[in-house]
Amino acid sequence: MPRWGMVIDLNKCTGCSSCVTACRMENNIPNVGVEEAQNGRAMNWMEIITEYEGEFPNIRITHIPRPCFQCDDAPCVVVCPVHATFINEDGLVGQIYNRCIGCRYCMNACPYTAKCFNYSTPEIPEAFVPLQNPEVTKRMVGVVEKCSFCHHRLAMAKDLARYEDREMAEDEYQAACVESCPTTAMTFGDLDNPDHEVHHLKHSNRAFRLEEGLGTEPKVYYLKKEDK
Amino acid sequence: MTDIRQETDYTLFRPILETEKSFYWIVATLLGIIFWAGYMYINQIIYGLGVTGLNNTVSWGFYIINFVFFIGISHAGTLISAILRLSQAEWRRPITRMAEVITAIVLLIGAVHPILDLGRPDRILNVFLFGRLQSPLLWDVTAITTYFTASTIYLYVPLIPDIALLRDKTDKYKWFYQFLSWGYIGTEKQKHILERAMTILMVMVIPIAVSVHTVISFIFSMTIQPGWHSTIFGPYFVVGAIFSGTATLLVVMIAFRKMYHFENYLKEIHFQYLGLLLLIFAILWGYFTFSEFVTGFYGNEPMEMSVILYKFTGPYAVFFWLMVVLNFIIPVVVLGFKRLKTIKGILFTSMGVIVGMWLERLIIVVPSLSNPRLPYDVHFYIPSLTEVSLFMGGIAVFCLGFIIFSKLFPLISIWEIEEGRNEGLEEAQKRLESYLPSVEQVK
Repeated sequence: MPRWGMVIDLNKCTGCSSCVTACRMENNIPNVGVEEAQNGRAMNWMEIITEYEGEFPNIRITHIPRPCFQCDDAPCVVVCPVHATFINEDGLVGQIYNRCIGCRYCMNACPYTAKCFNYSTPEIPEAFVPLQNPEVTKRMVGVVEKCSFCHHRLAMAKDLARYEDREMAEDEYQAACVESCPTTAMTFGDLDNPDHEVHHLKHSNRAFRLEEGLGTEPKVYYLKKEDK
Repeated sequence: MTDIRQETDYTLFRPILETEKSFYWIVATLLGIIFWAGYMYINQIIYGLGVTGLNNTVSWGFYIINFVFFIGISHAGTLISAILRLSQAEWRRPITRMAEVITAIVLLIGAVHPILDLGRPDRILNVFLFGRLQSPLLWDVTAITTYFTASTIYLYVPLIPDIALLRDKTDKYKWFYQFLSWGYIGTEKQKHILERAMTILMVMVIPIAVSVHTVISFIFSMTIQPGWHSTIFGPYFVVGAIFSGTATLLVVMIAFRKMYHFENYLKEIHFQYLGLLLLIFAILWGYFTFSEFVTGFYGNEPMEMSVILYKFTGPYAVFFWLMVVLNFIIPVVVLGFKRLKTIKGILFTSMGVIVGMWLERLIIVVPSLSNPRLPYDVHFYIPSLTEVSLFMGGIAVFCLGFIIFSKLFPLISIWEIEEGRNEGLEEAQKRLESYLPSVEQVK
């Protein structure tokens, strides 16, 4: 079984936020409005964390795009009281929106704060309604949601392959953020496939994972930013 | 029927038989607060948790703090009463009933709080349909329901002889007492069964009570968040729970002593003894808090350190140091010196401890969430009107429940007082003689 993962090259990332936008369009992420966003309730499955080092004017800025890391040993999965967040058949961390009771325990247990909560009824601006993705469940008020690695795309690719009676090729499945990256900073694929690029990249000497010491085994690798 | 006014313990019957005008005013005020809280909660159901002050990083706030706080207070009751009964402390007699009532009411209020906190309270039954026993929240559901069952039975069983007394001696709500007294007329056999049942319940209730607060601390300590992931949390929470519970018991005792003129039953000595218990727990609490922070501080792990500094010097410093003053310095000073250890002093300390223990829950829940491991923009958590109203509502339910209980049942166990007067003295003398070597044995 493939172990889907991502490698993000921080040298190449410009912090342009196109992955964030692509993710929002792909996954019908609601707009919470300016006021709510200022209250810290902005919803983003993909978020860009900006790290500043040094003092003005010698600042070194690192942009770190942060999806859900789809940990193999996910701290959010163990604490869910109703099996609404779980490791699905593809090894990704799934959410069952229709079952979630909204206790937000998984949000607090996640060391990366990768989840967000629907504090009010999700609203999508009218202009965006025709652009909604029918493949992604619309969430309701009071449930937790997070990046799914565009799991619906995997399901579609699998269905298509089954329909055409063939094996699914690995590059048929790409997350929306990876597709949209203008600098090809993100690479997506099977981490266990020795022929795939992600496999090489994750063994690069620049590769690291965030908070690796916690033993959560995240499936997203970063390539360290180096000064040129 | 003889005139009830001739009863020796008429003072204890009086709150049930006579109602003053002020009672209705208090009930009306409390009901007003409760209705307001209910309105705010309906608002929350309609608009979602957006009406609270929570956000994506600090996603647990007042509701979880109050949950831990109320469940903590509920520990006083049954645990203290069971320990005092088991150790045959004779001064327990006027105290046990009130302690048990605190447990039953506060536990109910506490148990409602996680439901207030849910984003989808309509899906609460999913906990039974799809419940995962691996989740600490499920342990809570199990432990709290067990504790609630055990402590209500433990409140009810010693109440039976008193209900029978009320049935026989008063005309009020006859059918009600008839039904609840379960046909108790005080035969030897009935007394024996009652005492056996009480002994079994006492022994059972102690481990259940300890497990409940341990399990609540596990909600936090089972995650890997800095400031939460700590092995000391189980006993730390239990000690804190009994500490806040004892303080509440003292406040309740002083309030009802004044309100219903129980001065002859709740004497200075009861407050002195319970004050001593409070002092012991203040010192224990101080010890646990010291161990918790000094290990984190010396370990100097960056994430742990950011949380500790947030509490020591950051935005939560005011709350932290106020907590230390209220929970440790004031109790040790006031309860440690005989001159300050008056009933007024004890009341002041106890109220301080209740506030301080609430602050402790605040300091446990919020700072860990305000310091995520990755450098996010964190929004300072300020509770909204809804959260504050529901907290007030919880306190109002507690007061109202207690007052209504006091109008239906005696707040001080009449039969136990009587028993103490008739048999206790002789029994205690016999017991004392059995502890000591007799003159013949020594010579």
